Formats: sequence, structure tokens, C-alpha cells
Amino acid sequence: MKEFRPPNFPLTCRESIDVNFNVLKNRRPLSQTSCYNPDLDTMEDTFDDEDFLSDQEDISVQKVLQTLEEAWLNEKFSPELLPSQEDYVHCMMDQIQQMEDNLNKLKKTDFRGEVHHMELARIRYIITSYLRTRLDKIELATAHILEQEALRGPENSYLSEGELKFAKEFLALQESHSKQLVLRHMPSPFQEFMPTQQTLVPNLRSHVFLRAKKDVQSVVIEGDRDNRDEEVDLDENSQHIMQYQPIATYLKDGSLQLI
Amino acid sequence: MFCEKSLNLIKELDRSTEAMPAFDDDGVRQVFEEMRGLYDQNVAAANDSTADPDGTAIAGIAIRHAALERNKRCLMAYVYNRIRKVRNMRWQFGSILPPEIKANLCEPEIQWFNSYSKTLALYMKSIGDQGLNLAQDVKPPKSLYVEVRSLTDYGKFEMDNGEVVLLKKHSTHLMSRAQCEPLIIQGILEQITH
Repeated sequence: MKEFRPPNFPLTCRESIDVNFNVLKNRRPLSQTSCYNPDLDTMEDTFDDEDFLSDQEDISVQKVLQTLEEAWLNEKFSPELLPSQEDYVHCMMDQIQQMEDNLNKLKKTDFRGEVHHMELARIRYIITSYLRTRLDKIELATAHILEQEALRGPENSYLSEGELKFAKEFLALQESHSKQLVLRHMPSPFQEFMPTQQTLVPNLRSHVFLRAKKDVQSVVIEGDRDNRDEEVDLDENSQHIMQYQPIATYLKDGSLQLI
Repeated sequence: MFCEKSLNLIKELDRSTEAMPAFDDDGVRQVFEEMRGLYDQNVAAANDSTADPDGTAIAGIAIRHAALERNKRCLMAYVYNRIRKVRNMRWQFGSILPPEIKANLCEPEIQWFNSYSKTLALYMKSIGDQGLNLAQDVKPPKSLYVEVRSLTDYGKFEMDNGEVVLLKKHSTHLMSRAQCEPLIIQGILEQITH
């Protein structure tokens, strides 16, 4: 698996997003004194997309953005492909579109326009980087990921519909390409394309940095030849360096955050 | 020695300093010949089992078989790693390859590139309602505007807001990042860092 270098960007990004959202929240007085489009105010606080998670109707955009940010960091640092947060991506993209439309109505000389444009550029970076990271993983371990996906079944899938289609097409491309270029010239017993034997498999034993978002009791760390199995409790907000495998399930249920 | 040629293919590819070394038709063909030779020997040996009282033929078959497997694996690796390079080009240059790269690809690779472009474009279109170009926003934005220097005589460039700038060689501009990012990746502009 490709190594993902920790970017120096996220921290500053998170800080500035918080700050900027404060700007957004405190903007109401400003908008009353100017010709600012009032739609902007409502749209950042709530949104009502009916397809989106019907049981949680009023999720603030901050929450969506935060979820996306966490998903993005988790995806960046975890060796394997994590469940897709497609709904959040779509929702955020709709928001961006709306915000852009509203921003275009602003006068060019308005300083707030610049601040918001910057903010949108940041959010867009998070989204594209998140999807790119996933695509990279899919391309590197296509056969393995498809195999796992088939085992999990459609109701429990990690890939979004588009990603699944992409993965299948990508694998088919690899197959036809290697067949055409080399395999068909080989002696007949060697002509078969064996994707599962050739695929890269993510190294689940690689180490990750993580922070516990809540208390996690008795994580079992497998022992090796010299050591016994060990149990660890992760306290809320504590930070650890651990192998990925034992904590994978906790990461997926949202108790942990990779950093 | 067995498999030397196929290993060399990979080594050459790895050592090459070019962005895209030419497809080594000749090398690949030599490996095919070696494989065919090995395979024929194996078939002959297997059919001639009567002449094998002490089991030496079996050992020979096993070795040749292993060599065949290794040759196959090396060739697959060679093809795969070239494809990875081609794939990176798609992200770097978009769906049109520069001619000097294209000259070094073989026909199936160009086909692969086109199909990959298509698959990728379909995927990007499927994201959200209007699609999302993932080849944009590749770097975390630090500021909205960047200073850029033009490396070529690109000519007129129209921005989203309708303004037209003339990109002449060595001229410098302050442009919005989103606008000039594709041009920077293509090597038309260069970002000036202070």
C-alpha cells in the first residue's frame, strides 16, 4: 500500500474553519446593514435535503463538514479502504454550489467575498482529496477490494455506487490490457489472468496514530511468539500509536479518530 | 540464465530517468521466445517419462516451470508498472497526452489510456449532481491568489469572470489559484515563491 504522508495542512485548516464559521455565525448584523443575500444565513445553519438520512433531519453544515473532515483524515491515514461517506460528500457539494451562487451575487469589491471564496476552496480541497485518496486505494488493490466487497454483500458495502462501477471497469481494463499485450503470447497454461493473486493487499499491521473520541474498553492486541495477548483500555481523548488491525472495528463505528 | 531478460526489463524501467521510456518490444519478444523454448522442453520431457529412471527429468521440469512462472510474473510487473506511469500522466496532463509521451507508448497502452480516461471521466461525472473534477484542487489552498510566471507564449486566457489576460513568456501575473492550477500542472505557468 502506498504510504500517506501526514500533511501539515489539516491543523491550520481546522483552526481556520472554526474561525470562519464564527465569522459566518456572527454575520447576521452585517447582513442587515448591507444588501447581503439573506439566504446565506439560513443555508449554513440548516439544510433540508430530503434524501439525506431521513432520521436526522436537522444536521448543521458544521456537523457535516466535521464528519467529512474526520472521514478524510481517517481515509488518508488508514491502510485499508473505509466505508464511503458519499451522502455527506453530496450534501456538502450541494451546499458549496448554493454558497457559490450566493457569493456570485456579491459585489466584487466586498471583502467578505474573498474570505468565503477561500473557505470554499478549502472545503473543495477536502472533498476532492478525500475522493482521490479512495480512488488511489481502489486502483492499487482493485481485486482485493472487490473481493472483500463481494463478501460483505450489497447492504453493507464500503464502496459508493460510482466507485464500485469504477473498480469493476478498472479491473476489466487491466485484464484486457495484460491479455492483449503479454498473456496471449505465452504458452497456453500461462495465459490466465489471476487478479486475486496479483493484487496488492493493504498492510493491516501498519501502525497508525489515533485519538479516542470516547472511552473504548478492552481492545485486544494479539501477542506474538514472545508476548501474550494484551488488553488495553483507551480513555477518552487519549492518543496512541497502535497497529491498525486491532482498532479497525472501533474506527469504523466512530469511537476513534486517526490523526 | 533463466529469466534474466525479463528481470532486465523491469530494472530498465525502474532506472530510466525519462518520464516515459519506450516500450521494449524486442525485450518482451525475447522473453516470449525463452518461455516458448522452456515450455517445449517441458512438454517433451513430460511425454518422455520412460527415460527417467532416477527422477532427474522431474527436477528439470520443476525448475523450468518455476522459470516460466517467474517470467510471467516479471512481464506482468513490467506491463503493470508502465500502466501506473500512464495513469499518473492522466492525472497530470488530463485526457490528452503530450506527443513526446505518446510516441513512447505502444498501441494497447494508448488504448488503455483512452479507456481509463473515459472510465475516470464517467466516475467524476457520477459524483453529486453535476459531477466533480477530481484533478482540480490537488494542493491545499494557502491563499486565494498566487503569483505566477508564464513559461511559454500561451496567448490569451479567459478567466471565469470574463476577463482576458495575455500570457506572454516571462510575464508575471497575480491570478486566482483555481484558475491557474490546471495551467501550472501542465507546465504553462510557474508559481513564484518568495
